[in-house]
This record gives sequence, C-alpha cells and structure tokens, in this order.
Amino acid sequence: MGEFKVHRVRFFNYVPSGIRCVAYNNQSNRLAVSRTDGTVEIYNLSANYFQEKFFPGHESRATEALCWAKGQRLFSAGLNGEIIEYDLQALNIKYAVDAFGGPIWSMAVSPCGSQLLVGCEDGSVKLFQITPDKIQFERNFDRQKSRILSLSWHPSGTHIAAGSIDYISVFAVKSGSAVHKMLVDRQYMGVSKRKCIIWGVAFLSDGTVISVDSAGKVQFWDSATGTLVKNHLIANADVQSIAVSDQEDSFVVGTAEGTVFHFQLVSVTSNSSEKQWVRTKPFQHHTHDVRAVAHSPTALISGGTDTHLVIRPLMEKVEVKNYDAALRKITFPHRRLISCSKKRHLLLFQFAHHLELWRLGSTVATGKNGDTLPLSKDADHLLHLKTKGPENIICSCISPCGSWIAYSTTSRFFLYRLNYEHDNISLQRVSKMPAFLRSALQILFSEDSTKLFVASNQGSLHIIRLLEGSFKHLHTFQPQSGTVESMCLLAVSPDGNWLAASGTSAGVHVYNIKHLKLHCTVPAYNFPVTALAIAPNTNNLVIAHSDQQVFEYSIPDKQYTEWSRTIQKQGFHYLWLQRDTPITHISFHPKRPMHILLHDAYMFCIIDKSLPLPNDKTLLYNPLPPTNESDVIRRRTAHAFKISKIYKPLLFMDLLDERTLVAVERPLDDIIAQLPPPIKKKKFGT
Amino acid sequence: MAALEEEFTLSTVPLGAGPNGLLGVEQSDKTDQFLVTHGGRTVILYKVSDQKPLGSWSVKQGQIITCPAVCNFQTGEFIVVHDNKVLRIWNTEDVNLDKVFKATLSAEIYRIHSIQGTEPLVLFKEGAVRGLEALLAEPQQKIETVLSDDEVIKWTKVFMVFRHPVLIFITEKHGNHFAYIQTFSSRTLSKYTLFHGQEEKSVIQNFTASVDRKFISLMSLSSDGCVYETLIPIHPRDPDENQRVVRSLLLKTVVAGNARSGVALTVLDQDHVAARGPPLPASKECLSIWNTKFQTLQTSRELPQGTSGQLWYFGENLFMLHGKFLTVIPYKCEVSSLAGALGKLKHSQDPGTHTVPHFVNWETSRGYGFGSQNSEQSKRILRRRKIEVNVPPPAFEQLLSTIKKDSEKDIEVELCKFLAVKRTPDFHTIVGDIVLELLGRHTTEPSFYPRNSLMQLIQTHVLSYSLCPGLMEAALEKTDVQMLQLCLQQFPDIPESITCACLKIFLSISDDSLQETEINMESVSDCSDPVQEKMDEQTEILQNGFNADEQNCDSCDRKLNQKPQDAAEETTSCPVVPKRAALLRNAILHSAYSEMFLLPHLKDIPAQHVTLFLQYLYFLYLKCSENATMTLPGLHPPTLNQIMDWICLLLDANFTVVVMIPEAKRLLLSLYKFVKSQICICSELNKIEVSFRELQKLNQEKNNRELYSIEVLELF
Repeated sequence: MGEFKVHRVRFFNYVPSGIRCVAYNNQSNRLAVSRTDGTVEIYNLSANYFQEKFFPGHESRATEALCWAKGQRLFSAGLNGEIIEYDLQALNIKYAVDAFGGPIWSMAVSPCGSQLLVGCEDGSVKLFQITPDKIQFERNFDRQKSRILSLSWHPSGTHIAAGSIDYISVFAVKSGSAVHKMLVDRQYMGVSKRKCIIWGVAFLSDGTVISVDSAGKVQFWDSATGTLVKNHLIANADVQSIAVSDQEDSFVVGTAEGTVFHFQLVSVTSNSSEKQWVRTKPFQHHTHDVRAVAHSPTALISGGTDTHLVIRPLMEKVEVKNYDAALRKITFPHRRLISCSKKRHLLLFQFAHHLELWRLGSTVATGKNGDTLPLSKDADHLLHLKTKGPENIICSCISPCGSWIAYSTTSRFFLYRLNYEHDNISLQRVSKMPAFLRSALQILFSEDSTKLFVASNQGSLHIIRLLEGSFKHLHTFQPQSGTVESMCLLAVSPDGNWLAASGTSAGVHVYNIKHLKLHCTVPAYNFPVTALAIAPNTNNLVIAHSDQQVFEYSIPDKQYTEWSRTIQKQGFHYLWLQRDTPITHISFHPKRPMHILLHDAYMFCIIDKSLPLPNDKTLLYNPLPPTNESDVIRRRTAHAFKISKIYKPLLFMDLLDERTLVAVERPLDDIIAQLPPPIKKKKFGT
Repeated sequence: MAALEEEFTLSTVPLGAGPNGLLGVEQSDKTDQFLVTHGGRTVILYKVSDQKPLGSWSVKQGQIITCPAVCNFQTGEFIVVHDNKVLRIWNTEDVNLDKVFKATLSAEIYRIHSIQGTEPLVLFKEGAVRGLEALLAEPQQKIETVLSDDEVIKWTKVFMVFRHPVLIFITEKHGNHFAYIQTFSSRTLSKYTLFHGQEEKSVIQNFTASVDRKFISLMSLSSDGCVYETLIPIHPRDPDENQRVVRSLLLKTVVAGNARSGVALTVLDQDHVAARGPPLPASKECLSIWNTKFQTLQTSRELPQGTSGQLWYFGENLFMLHGKFLTVIPYKCEVSSLAGALGKLKHSQDPGTHTVPHFVNWETSRGYGFGSQNSEQSKRILRRRKIEVNVPPPAFEQLLSTIKKDSEKDIEVELCKFLAVKRTPDFHTIVGDIVLELLGRHTTEPSFYPRNSLMQLIQTHVLSYSLCPGLMEAALEKTDVQMLQLCLQQFPDIPESITCACLKIFLSISDDSLQETEINMESVSDCSDPVQEKMDEQTEILQNGFNADEQNCDSCDRKLNQKPQDAAEETTSCPVVPKRAALLRNAILHSAYSEMFLLPHLKDIPAQHVTLFLQYLYFLYLKCSENATMTLPGLHPPTLNQIMDWICLLLDANFTVVVMIPEAKRLLLSLYKFVKSQICICSELNKIEVSFRELQKLNQEKNNRELYSIEVLELF
C-alpha cells in the first residue's frame, strides 16, 4: 500500500469544555448538551449518537439549565438572567428574554410542555407561558429567601418542588404559594456544614419528592405531609444531579466524586407488591464532578467537568444485544477543528476564542516502518490570533496556498491575508466585509485558493472571488424555497467546478460553479452526513454517514458509482459498522485515484477500490506486518480496507503530498492534566 | 433424591394372602381417602393419614366382588362390580350394598376405570369399552367382542391426554402380548403387538405405564428381572393396521431373575419407578425406588414378611400388601440431580434413635460410574455397597453391645480392635454412631464417662460436631478441658455458642486444676517466656514502625509514658499461665465463627475474664509485631488477623463493661494508642501516595514532552 512519513502532531492544546447540563428528548430521541462555555450541542441518539448540531458558546452566557418543550423546542437559561430559545433549523438563537430575577439557576418545563418555570438568584420562581413563537411572563410564585437551585413539576402539573439552600419548598401552581417547606439537615458526617445546597429535586406522581444535596444525601420526602421518608447517604461529596425515568421506576444521580448511582424501585420480597427505592448500581465512568445526568428509556446519560459525555445503556432495558448496548464515551466534537495548507505545510488550529497557526517541521532522514526520524527542523508556532468579542469561533479555514485565513463567530466574519517574507509573517485583515457575510457555519477555499465558499446560517451559500488583498462577491445560492436548513458541510472539487453542500437531514446538494446553478441532489439518506469530499479527476463525491456507511456518487453521471453499488450490495464489514466515532474527514491521494483516505477518532483507513472487499469472515484490521507469507497468500488475503490504529485519539489526518501524512492527536491524559484536580479519594485508611 | 418414609399398616384385620387377598386400592373424591377392595366381599373406605376406616360395605354371602371399587369423581358415588356382570352404585350414606342401585350388564366386566375429569369407563373382558352413563342408560345393550379367542386382558390403565381419556390394555395370547389403545377423543382403537426383541425367553410379569404428550411409555418387568420400556404412540398414523412396537431395556436386574411372587413395578414420576421383588435370588423381598434417568437405585426397604399382589401409588403414598396387612409407605421423589443420583442418602432414621446427619463420601461414590456401558456392573456394586451399609461389620455390632453393658476398660479394648480394622467408606458414620452410643450411656448413667475411648475416637479425624452433637456438651459439663481442646481443633463445624462456652471455661478454670490436666502445649512454651528486652526497643515495636514520640502526644500518651517500666513489664510477660495460653491460642483463636452469632455470646463472659483474654490477645499481638513477617513462632500459629478480629470482637461486645474496670484501663490506653498510631500510618501513607502521584505526573510529562515527531508508517 505504501510507505508514508507521518507528521505526528500532539501540540494541538485543545481542551473541551466541561458539560453543565444535559436534556433528553424522548420524542425525537435527541440529547441536548450544554457546556460551561455556553456551547449547546445536539446529539441524535438514533443516528449512532452523532453530534448533528451545535450552537457556539458565548463568554457571558453560562447555561445553568436546559430543557425541551412541546414541539421539540429547546430552551436554556443561565447566569446572565436570560432565557434563550434555539432555532434548531437555522442553527442560531431565536431570541433571548430577560427574566428580571438575576441569574437563573434552574428551569423546568411543565409536564404538558406549554409552561416554563425558572428559579432565580433573588429567590423568585417565575412562570412563563410558551406561545408558538415566543415565551411570555405570566406570574411570580411566592418569593423565597435564597436562590432557587432546582425545580421539578409534579407530573399532574398542579404542584412544583423547588430546591433552595437548606430547604425544599413545595408550591401549588394555581395559587403560587408555598404549601410546604422541608428543612434539610445540614449535618454532614456528624459535622455541621455551613449550608446544605439542594442541587436537584424530582417530583414523582405519588407525591414523593426526591432531593439531592451538597451533603451527599439522596432524600425522599412526602410532599403531602412535608416529612422526610428515607435518607440515603451515598457520597462524601456533593450529589449534584438527578434524573428520573418516565416510568418513575428508576432514577439516576451523579456525585462530585464522579460516581453515578442508579436507584431502582424494586419489590421488597419477590412477588410482593410493596416496593421500595434501592440503590442498585454504581458506575464510575467519570473522574470529576458529574454535573448533569439524564435518563433515557434505555440508558443513563451523564456528563460533567471531565468533559466526557457517557451513555451507559441499561442492560435489562436493551432488547437486542447489538452495538447500541455498549457504553459510549463521547469526548471530542464530531466536526473538524483543524485545517491544513498542503503547499506550505501549515496547520490551523481552532480554539474557542483563538486560532493558532503552526508550521510543520521537516526531516531529511529516511527509515523503515515504525522509526522516529531525527528532525532537521522543528515545528514552529507562527501565529496566535485572538478573536475580538465574547463569542466563540464557529468555524475556521486556511487556504491550500496558506495565504488566506478565514473564521467566523456568530455575528462577524473575518478574512485575513497572510504574507510570508522569509521567516517573517505579516497578517492583514481584509476589511469591509459585505453585510450578508455575518455568520458562517462552514468556510472552504477552493484548491487554487482563488475562491472562498461560505455556508451561512440562513441556508445560503456565498461564493467570493479572492484577489490580491481584496475580494469580489460572485454569487449566492439561495436555499431552495421552503427550506431553511443550514448547510454544515462543504466540499469543492479540485478542478473547482463543483461544490457539494450538506445539511443535517436533507440530501447533499451539488452545485455547478461554472454555470452557477444547482447541478443535482444526492438522494437523502436516513442518517446524517459526517464528512464529504470530491475526488480529483473523476469528480466522484464520497459521503460518509453517521451509521458508518460510505457512498461514492459520480457527479458528472448523477448516479452512484459501480463501486458504491457493489459495496452496498455486499455490505460493510461488521467491525467497520461497529465503530463508535464518525468519520470526520475524507481526502484523496493525488497520484492514486483508486485510494480514499478517511479517519475517525480511533483509526485511519485507506480504501483501495481496486482490491476485493472484505467479508465478515476476513480479518478487517491486521496490525501485524506480513512476515514470511508468500506473495500469493498476501495477495489473496489483501482487501480494500487498510486500517491503522496507531494514532489516537485522532482529530485530523490528511495527505500533504504523495508520501507525507499529517496526523493530529490529542491524548486524553493531556486533557485530564489540564482539568482541575478531582476530589481526592483516600486509598489508605477509612 | 427419593426417599421412603416410615411405613404404617392400614387395615387392622388381616387380609387373605395371595393375589386375591387385595383386589385394589383406588382414590376417592376426597383427598387422603382411599377405597380398598378386599378380594371376596368387602369394600372399605380409609382415611390414610388417620389410619382409620370411614366406612365398610359388603356384598351378600354367595356374591363375590370381581373388580375393585372405584369412585365416580363426577358424582362422588362409589361403583363396584360383583359376579362379573352386576354393577352396584352407592354413596357414603348407604349402609347395605344390597339395597343400593343395581344394574346387570350383558357382558363380563374386566375393570372400571375412574379418573378425575371424566366419567368412569368400563372395560369388558372381551375388550369393548363403554362410558358409564351410556351403559346405565341401557344396561342390557349388546357389547361387541374385540379380542380374539384365548386372548386375555392382563393389565389396563387409563390416562388423561389433553382433557380426553386414553385407555390402554395389554392382552396375552399364547405367550404373545398385544397392546390396545382406546382414545375417546377420536374414538379409535389401535392395536400393537409387543415385540419382545432379543429377550424372547423372558416372561413379562408386570406392567406399568406413564404418559407423555404423544406417547405412552409402557414399562414391563420381565422374569429376567429387567425393566423394559415400550413407547406407544397415542395417536397412530394408521389405526386399522396392526403395528409392532419394540421394547428397549431401561433398567437391568432390578429384581432377581426368575423371582416368582411379589414382583411388581409402578412408575412414580417421569424419572422414578418403584419396583418390588427380591434383589438377589435368595434374599427377602425389597421395595426399591430407581431413577431411570441416571439408572441408579435411590432408596430401598426390605419387606421381611413377604408381599404379593400389585403395587399402587396415589399422591405420595405407595400401597401394597406386606405380609397379611395393607401397608402404606409414603415416599418422596425430589427432582433428580446428578449429585442426588450418585449416592444413597439415609434421610430419616427410626424415630426412636437420634438422627445422625451423614456426609456423602464423594471419594467412594465417585468410583462408580453410571454410564450405560457398565451400568450393569455399577448397579451390582451399588447393591453390594448398599448391603454393606445396611449390615455393618460384625466388629461394630459387638462393639455396640460392649458399649451397652461392659466397663470402660473393656470398651477401650474393643474399640482398639474395631479401629484396627480397615476403614470402610462409611467409617465416619459408624464412628459417629459409636460416639452417640457412648454418650447415650453417659446420659443414662452419669458416672460412666469413657474419656479415653472418646479421645481415641476424636483422634480418628473423621468426626465433626454435627456427627456427634452431644459430645462437646458432655465435655463442657465435665469441664474436660483437654477433650474440648481436641474437639475445637478437630471439628470444623462448632456452633458459636459452644465455642463461647469453651472460652468461658478456659478463662474461668483455676490454675490449679489446669496444672493437673494434660494439655497439648504445641509451640506455646517457646513464646511465653518472659522476654528480657530493653524498653526503647519495645516502644518502637509497639508503634509498628511509627514513632509516636515525635508526634504531639495526648495526655493519655504521656500518662502511659510516666510508668514506662511497668508497661514494658506488662507487655513482655504473658498474662496467663502457659497451659491456659495453649488452650486459648491453639483452640479458640483458630475456631471458625461468624461475628453476628458470636457477639451475643461474648457479652456473657465476666468482665475479669474479658480483660484477661484481652491482655493475652494484646500480648500475642506484641509477639507478632516482634518480627518482620508479623507472625507468631511455632507450628500453626494464629494469624495477626485472627488476633485483631478477636480483640475487636471482645471490645465490641464488652466495651461498656471493660471501660469501667480499673485493671483494664492501661490495656485500653495502649490499644487506643495502637489504633492512633495506625491512623497516623494511614495518613502518612496517604501523603506518600500523593507524593508518588506527583512523581508519576512528572514522569508522564517527560514522556509526553515529544509533542511533535516525524515517523515512518508503512501500510500493508
């Protein structure tokens, strides 16, 4: 297959933000996750847990609560005191409403999904009516002494429970007055702590209120009498989150020690009707605080400061033992944060608030497989470009020639011209960007760096011609009438004639750039597209989907290629389909048209279309080099998928030239090293 | 595991012997009540659990009952046939059979079958079958002839299959057997010729059958003593055709070949059959339950008075004629497991004697395979073994009789003789029996205490507490410390209450009486010598490598240090005399216990004794910490964990008492100090752990310093 020099890059100092809230939507089987930097991500649990949408964060917008309302509308509330609704189609913020109660700590949607309740810093609980296009303040509940940190509706919608500091209040929704006030014991392991913070409450239909607090307790209260029924001390640290299943037969809590406990309602004795809550399973998938948990019908979902999103299926609820029954740990975003200039061997790293430009080193030595070559020149950090303003960077790109850098935040688009003079580099911002170029979801340069393609969040695609130091708007492809879906992925053909763009659900559109018109649309597929690329010469569009299927579509012929049909007929190897991270990048070998390079977080693969496809009996991944096998055996066992798992977690991989690869890794240990230290647990003594 | 329980006799009046003595036993519509039809003139309704008759009915002089009385489950009436053709139907209120309903039929009846869920079925001698209702509607109706001439019905049974009755009867003609299956759901009668296979010579003596979903499994006991099985389909493909069915060997040599009388067989459940007959040509008749799945004998009982006639079973009772009386033997057939099938377990003994739990000796059982190829051989061996078990060696019987009357000396002599004999597989049970016998005499005759014999028996290493329950109690009563020590060392299963009682005695017995007794001093003396060591060395050991002096000591610490010389003396000399130490150390500390059961008993120990024991335990702990391996010298020393557990247990149980005793104060203080030093060590360890982690982190950073490299990769 060939020998490559691999630039193994580990200096991409990317640390994902910690997870603050998770909200599960049963109807669409989607999970909304908000992070501490204000980013909100939408995962489609039906589509192999693919992160299909994201809303960029904002420095002042720390989300403290996230919830789904009727009609799959997503709301968040945060410490800036605003309630925000997200537009899941256009991928922007629909509106923000100030609740006028100071920072908002908690939010809950009524069981019918039409009312929104927020708990504020000033101790007020505010009720909002959700109207079809906005939310409207309705009234305040009785004001409490301290901030409302948690809220839960009774499933009938008549009462709510509100967790505050040192006590839980039960309100009647109709009157808005507190019916009960349940004081929580401050004692913690016999020592009186200053305060006991109620981090979470859950109101069950039988009137039980479950509370979790900073003293490590899970407590069951009778809301009718306001009395404590049961007390579980489960942790030496805070219990920070709780989520109850829809059937109310199990719930999950997350602690600051990183442990997730599963509680189940089980019969006291076999075949007795009397049931009680029992702590059944502890899971330790996190090293840090579990700030948020969710309970889907089949899985426990948890996330926290250690930035992992963990989806732990409940084995008793999983009917088929397929790959969905496996534990998922999602750490990295399912999109590219890195772009590369092949000509100048440059890498552009995208962080939340800055960009870094690095030049790769070089070597003159050669070696055999596995050797580390001595560097004649080390990698250089050329540029550190900080954004202006509080908004996170959505996307960024460096042109193949290395002389242009473009990035976008929610409200501004930036284009820079780079000039290289020997070792000096100068940066010049292209000013006066047109008004329509405000926010981009994806930016792409053409292969010859003369054109810039921008997918805006209104669904339109802009084509801009780049001149020396200036630009010219060529054309805008407007979204097809009726659709407002934004394009998240772009691919341009190396000859510059074709542009492919894909949204989250509809098919891939292919535009003819010469004639500036829509050429064709690849039929929509059930699973979202994770990566796109157009092959040189043949102009075959290669599409990877979140269910790990890969299609090859001939743009000139407007049909799937023969190879694509063959592999669809035969089916992919089962191990290929069982991979749990999506393919995030596809590229091609300039001299070998039969090769497709693609990678996910744990492997990269070169597909050689000239070789036979593997079936389920053949070994898909063979890490060992063939030793003394004869050429005949090697030829017989060779198949189209050449896989390497040396580099992981792999965030980016591309071909710089025929014999050189660049691989960007982000070892998990490096991320952990940058997190705050976890709560220490003693190994010795009691 | 199947088991036969204690038998009892049902009828007080002797029945006529021979096959005509008892015509049949049938269930009545009430549980536990059975109709017993005597050959001749009487039908008696018995309540089996009460062993008493509820009613008795007789036919007139000159008439003779020809078919066992049955109960019509639909109406609760009883039906009997006399003089082959006359039906009588009555219920419990009727007194005289002459005055009850009577119907005379046109043909001779072989048998009336009555079964739960359907009307009674009448099988005529000519092979025709009628429902009772249809028959009573027109008693004189013509009954067709099904069987050919000279064909005689030998045996019959009825089953319910999918809520429809199926009747099977076996006929014989010139030595050939035929099976007829009458189904009532499809009203078909199918005939099968029973093909004997290779065992042409043998004569079929007895039949039994059970029903599966699709097949009737007909078992026959042949004159060669083997059980054969024949599978007959309930719903034949072609009912008109005469079909042949072949029988296959199921169990070999269940009874002795060519046994003439008293041979009977009945299926109990899908895995068990009961067979009756002499197991060996010369022996008395036996009732045995066999497991057909594993082909093993499950249990058997000798019937010394001889039997005859059939074997009936209903529910969990087997009915048969034993001697001249109708005998009921309740039985239990548990679900067979491989473990259960392997050995014969005696579950219950005669109610008069003690129940002795037996351990299955797997070593001896394992030798006998139960594979089909050597099944015959294995069964022979099994049987021989069974006889061995039933008839213990003569030395044993002689020994038992000696125990009953002779003096201790004689018993010792006999015992020596007995123990010299080669050990049999059930040696441990026999030894258990001997001990029980000795103890039995001891209870009746308190002066009789065969100490030497008992010691000798304990030293056979086969006894356990449960094999001889009274032994330790007797020793406790006699405060026989030596025997108790031996028991504690030998028995694996001593209850916590007994352990605690032993502990009490060991602690309370006076030093003088201890001096008199002979105690196994195994490796105690060498560590109980007062150790003459310097004080400064001692403290270091005491603190387990951690120097508490450098710490900011509490007041108690200082107090303890005020009299360092005393403390040193106290900790270095054993607080108990060596013999007591041996008892405590080698017996008590090694015993098995469960904390939950031990704690309540520990509370009963007097405070002084608790203190003494604690002192000794603390002394042992100090001894332990003298060397690097933290072990005590000697053979089988108690481990440090055992010592610590006992200290904790004693303190847990008696803390409130001990804390009030002035003598214990110093001990408690030193224990407290010890715990404190342990905590300090833990915290130091935690500190070290953190330091190590930092080092590790540094190390990792070094490894990950290479943030950029160019490597060569070859893809194949």
